[in-house]
Amino acid sequence: MTAAGNPAVAGVGRPITGGRRLSLTWVGAVPFLGYVSVFLFLPTIIIAAGAFLSDSGPTLSNFGNLSRSYIVSATINSLILSGITAVLGAALGAVLSYAIATGNPNGVLRRAAVSASGVLAQFGGVTLAFAALASIGPAGIVYLWMAQNNLDFYSSGTWLYDLRGLEVVYLYFQIPLMVLVFLPAVDGIRPQWREATESLGGNTWHYWRYVAGPLLAPAFLGATLLLFANSLSAYATAAALINQGGIILPLQISNAITSEVGLHEPGFAKAQAVVLIAIVGIVTALYAVLQRRTGRWLQ
Amino acid sequence: MMSTSRSGVEVRLEDLRRRYAGVTALDGLSLTMAPGELVALLGPSGCGKTTALRLVAGLEEANGGRVVIGGEDVTNVPANKREIGMVFQAYSLFPHMTAMQNVAFGMQLHEVGTEERRKRAGEMLELVGLSAHANKYAHQLSGGQQQRVALARALAIEPKVLLLDEPLSALDAKVRSRLRDEIRRVQLEVGTTTLFVTHDQEEALAIADRVGVMNAGRLEQLGPPTTIYSRPATPFVAEFVGLTNRLPGVVKGREVEVRGTRLPLVKPDSTDGPAIALVRPEAVSVAADGDVSSGPLIGTVIATVFLGATSRVTVDLGDITVLAQLPTSDAVALTAGTRVRLSLRTDPVLIARDEKAPTEA
Ligand SMILES: Nc1ncnc2c1ncn2[C@@H]1O[C@H](COP(=O)(O)OP(=O)(O)OP(=O)(O)O)[C@@H](O)[C@H]1O
Ligand SMILES: [Mg+2]
Repeated sequence: MTAAGNPAVAGVGRPITGGRRLSLTWVGAVPFLGYVSVFLFLPTIIIAAGAFLSDSGPTLSNFGNLSRSYIVSATINSLILSGITAVLGAALGAVLSYAIATGNPNGVLRRAAVSASGVLAQFGGVTLAFAALASIGPAGIVYLWMAQNNLDFYSSGTWLYDLRGLEVVYLYFQIPLMVLVFLPAVDGIRPQWREATESLGGNTWHYWRYVAGPLLAPAFLGATLLLFANSLSAYATAAALINQGGIILPLQISNAITSEVGLHEPGFAKAQAVVLIAIVGIVTALYAVLQRRTGRWLQ
Repeated sequence: MMSTSRSGVEVRLEDLRRRYAGVTALDGLSLTMAPGELVALLGPSGCGKTTALRLVAGLEEANGGRVVIGGEDVTNVPANKREIGMVFQAYSLFPHMTAMQNVAFGMQLHEVGTEERRKRAGEMLELVGLSAHANKYAHQLSGGQQQRVALARALAIEPKVLLLDEPLSALDAKVRSRLRDEIRRVQLEVGTTTLFVTHDQEEALAIADRVGVMNAGRLEQLGPPTTIYSRPATPFVAEFVGLTNRLPGVVKGREVEVRGTRLPLVKPDSTDGPAIALVRPEAVSVAADGDVSSGPLIGTVIATVFLGATSRVTVDLGDITVLAQLPTSDAVALTAGTRVRLSLRTDPVLIARDEKAPTEA
């Protein structure tokens, strides 16, 4: 995920390489590796192993149960939700980053947008659900005001508690997160590159097509992936906004652990979690391949 | 194309004016460059050199005046239609392209075919001596190599004018002087009319056909390096270019009297009264023999710096210190503490009346 923060100019400084440094580097990495082991690898292994267990011993039934229609549709919904909010969030966040980067570096827009993004990117759970209700909910002020002005966006039904509602609400934190991770890359674009393009006879299209676009592509792809994973694993906001059923996979996992009808299926929950982990794994691998193709100059 | 030298075009800046909120960056700059000529714009920080260059490039709009390139008024032509080669101070190579791709990029924009492009980019890299580095990215090249690629990239589109904005200032001294000569060699070879901005006087004097000394948005003097150095037209130029002693004196008629020596004035129409005479270190000679007990030009050596063939001696006269430059063979005996007698060559001198010396950039 670190790739998301790669500034576009990472190639400017030379990497310090030297065989003798290696041992020290490893010593320095120990706390990080320890942390990653305890909080990432270990849980992953426990989950993966648990997915093959039932009360009566080893089993494959947890994975067989994944074909239940409500699990399939929750998985598809999760993919749609993450895909749409990642792409929209990345696109809108990128435009906002560009506006911030090209504005006055000490201006109000920059300071306000950057600090607001820092706060809003962490926005989630009950607070976000409440904010959404109070603004665009069926009794929210934005909705009421727009409805009065003949812009009733619920005229064909209240979609706030559907997948569409989640898409809109997730953008509340997806766009700011994009600004946070993508702005450094946009800041790394030097004005000389545009001016050099111009003096060489290029127009704005040439600049974006051959210079800024390729330079920003690796960071943009990385950030989009981060947004995708961020949305895929988000749970609290959906849980607060939608209190029945399991429209997306994280809600289904929760249901399987603490079902109110008394059906505890911890192994099944773990099998579903393995699906989530696998999706993130596939997307990350895909990104690594793309990154190697687009960002050769970064090495 | 590049193998045969081409003749450049005339470039005229006419009364260029440019203001930024509250600051006058250019205050009526006029300058005509002959075809194929290399003019260095020299001046202290903030005097408007970069602004002048950007107006010629079309990267900035003039508030007044005209830019005429090859007889054509381009004042309102956008930058990408002006056919101008630019070399920036640093970091201007596209980091995601190899040296070869950087050089070929301008030709790609001009829709030159792939084969032709590769061939010409290869020739340009050869011209700047970087054939062996064609496939390296910017971060794999040294600062000097990057600037040479930038030069090749600028020249690859066969620009009508080449503009360089302090292209050497980010490099260390040794690379700087080598690359300076390299730029001049290439410029002579392609024959492109060139404007070279710098605040380094040595660089300007070494590279240019003519040097334009700028001060506060205007041109103070334009002339060959030797003229700028030996016959500065204004006190500003005298003090900005080369080293100058500021010696207090009194103007009387067509002369200024400095510590008992009468020096003729370059501009004899000055009013009588106290003034500062600007005397080059070369015009000061030093003698350690004879009577060195007392007198207005008798003092003590406080430092001698060997510069190679010449040496620079600093002499303390009590109230002021004076710099003298003389052949090293004459300076060997002048160690610190030696009592000496100075004499001033009676060359015509410029005088300054205000106490403010220009700040060296
Ligand atoms: N974009 C700008 N906005 C406001 N003021 C500017 C701008 N560009 C230049 N100036 C001002 O115009 C004046 C001339 O600037 P310019 O960059 O041409 O100087 P310079 O001779 O190139 O100096 P240096 O040797 O430091 O590069 C300066 O006072 C500078 O502060
Ligand atoms: Mg400048």
